[in-house]
Amino acid sequence: MFMRFIYKFSSPPYFYAISGKLLPWLSALFFVLLAYGLYGGLVIAPADYQQGDSFRIIYVHVPAAWMSMFIYVVMAVSGGIGLVWRIKLAEIVSIGSASVGASFTFLALVTGSLWGKPMWGAWWVWDARLTSELVLLFLYLGVIGLYNGIEDKRTASRAVAILALVGVVNIPIIHYSVEWWNTLHQGATVTKLDKPSIHIDMLIPLLVMAGVFKIYYFIVLLLRSRNELLERESNGKWIDELLEKVN
Amino acid sequence: MNANKLEAHRLSCIRDERVLFSELSFTLNSGQVLLIEGANGAGKTSLLRILTGFRKPDTGDLFWNDDALDDAQEFYRDTAYIGHHNGLKDTLTAEENLRYAQALASTALTIDDALEHVGLDGYQQTLVRFMSAGQRRRLALARLLCTRKALWILDEPFTSLDRASIKLFEKFIENHVSQGGLTIMTSHHNTAIPHTLLQKIHL
Amino acid sequence: MKQSSLFQALGAVIKRDLLLAYRQRAELINPLAFFVMVITLFPLALGAEIALLKRIAPAIIWVAALLASLMSIDNLFRADYDDGSLELMVMTPHPLSVLVLAKVTAHWLVSSVPLLFIAPLMGLMLHMDSDVIGVLLLTLLLGMPVLSLIGGIAVALTLGLRKGGALLAILVLPLYVPILIFAGGAVDAAMSGLPISGHTSMMCAILFLAITLTPLPTAAALKMSLS
Repeated sequence: MFMRFIYKFSSPPYFYAISGKLLPWLSALFFVLLAYGLYGGLVIAPADYQQGDSFRIIYVHVPAAWMSMFIYVVMAVSGGIGLVWRIKLAEIVSIGSASVGASFTFLALVTGSLWGKPMWGAWWVWDARLTSELVLLFLYLGVIGLYNGIEDKRTASRAVAILALVGVVNIPIIHYSVEWWNTLHQGATVTKLDKPSIHIDMLIPLLVMAGVFKIYYFIVLLLRSRNELLERESNGKWIDELLEKVN
Repeated sequence: MNANKLEAHRLSCIRDERVLFSELSFTLNSGQVLLIEGANGAGKTSLLRILTGFRKPDTGDLFWNDDALDDAQEFYRDTAYIGHHNGLKDTLTAEENLRYAQALASTALTIDDALEHVGLDGYQQTLVRFMSAGQRRRLALARLLCTRKALWILDEPFTSLDRASIKLFEKFIENHVSQGGLTIMTSHHNTAIPHTLLQKIHL
Repeated sequence: MKQSSLFQALGAVIKRDLLLAYRQRAELINPLAFFVMVITLFPLALGAEIALLKRIAPAIIWVAALLASLMSIDNLFRADYDDGSLELMVMTPHPLSVLVLAKVTAHWLVSSVPLLFIAPLMGLMLHMDSDVIGVLLLTLLLGMPVLSLIGGIAVALTLGLRKGGALLAILVLPLYVPILIFAGGAVDAAMSGLPISGHTSMMCAILFLAITLTPLPTAAALKMSLS
């Protein structure tokens, strides 16, 4: 029953039709929530008692960092599904996620470094979280490089899925080893603010922004998957029918 | 040898957005040779890669003695493959190369006998590096004789062989299938294998 | 007449690879020479101040070992892929992941074990204390097989590529991070007279994890490279 649903949803014509209907709604939701999140984060939320207004960068930094991990997991899981059940859509979702994930990782690094300047007085500090993000960016670059290196796109998708699965097993190991390394080598020179109970007016926009980032990822993923589907299925019958309808 | 059967059911292969073949079905029984013909780029090698289990068909199924090929370990017990490359190590001797092949499979002829059959007697201790292209091909084919496999899959087995050697190997293939073996091969040459044994697929 | 056993097959793969390495033994020198040269560059760039060199010697040796391993790892499957032996290895009734383990073992014997003999000399040249050198050797012993095992995945994935070299480094180096951290941590602890068992236990855990898990994706990638 469940598998039948999966197969139906992942059949290219069905997915193409559904995603076409979803996109306008998602975009509307995205803009509404974005407006609210930005207003809440930049205007309503009170300035931090220690960092003043510079803390407001968390409304970009933290959701971006969350997304960078989240997308890697999505990439590995859908890649694994593609490997096992040979569902074309899963392969496409997997590789479509890679560059979005890399962009979010890069964004998290840049905002982290911008935030570091007022906080630590340096553009880059070998803080455990930033270092993990940096390694994560390398992992993303590997995935993208491998996909572009292999000519046959189906083979490339499978190669990427294997790599993403290896990466996803490694991420926790990398994460904890980096954290351990950080406490060993850095001692107490770098202290992130210990999390004081965050003000509710600060928290709500943060959660809204996290939602906004997720929706954005979803929109981009749908757009990319639709493109990639059209390209890969260019000799499929359903595309001819689609074109006839348009004309 | 037991009776064996390879069954292909509605195979199709798409490579680089191009449909190489579709709806391809056949059954190959013990005692038969399947000859795959077709122009360059028609998908002969792709078909062989599917039949060896290296590549999954885009649609369709393969069965070895009624078991799906996905459980390839069982299938590989019975299958020998010779591709474009000979699979020989340049810096090993002829004997060392064959001994390695035997260690991964089951033994049929002894190495000395196999070498004698392919006309390489006396080359046991020669490094492959010092052999000619034809001799290397014959050494690769000697692998078929010194390991026991029911199904031979041969991609252009006769490249760089002279006419006498080709005749010799066609005899080996005939012997193999007459003892209950199966052979799948692609070839540019007109083969002298009797038509009664032969099935042809034209891509 | 019987099908060869798994152990016969394992033995045959290891024996063949060692024999091949022996026939081309001149090439065995390359990773070693590379290792020594990379280490030599550091005093030249940093200056020969003994305290400084002593402090960073383990890091230098480990990074050099990592690069040397990266340099030699491409040979793991490349030659087999080019001459068709890989097809033979895949088409055996034995599980490919176990044969992969045999290939990695042979590769480790040939390319990493010699490094273990040179590393103490390098440590002496960089003024390391002898007990710290002992710990360094222990970390190399535990860590280098992991490098080969993880490297095997990336090599298998990049086999079909014409220009695999730079990509191989990008795929592999991030995955080397944990082992580098724990090895560095162990030697650091030894230098300050602290117990090292925490770090070495972690390295052992990673080693066993790598032995059990990495052959699976490597085998899958090898099969894929033949498609």
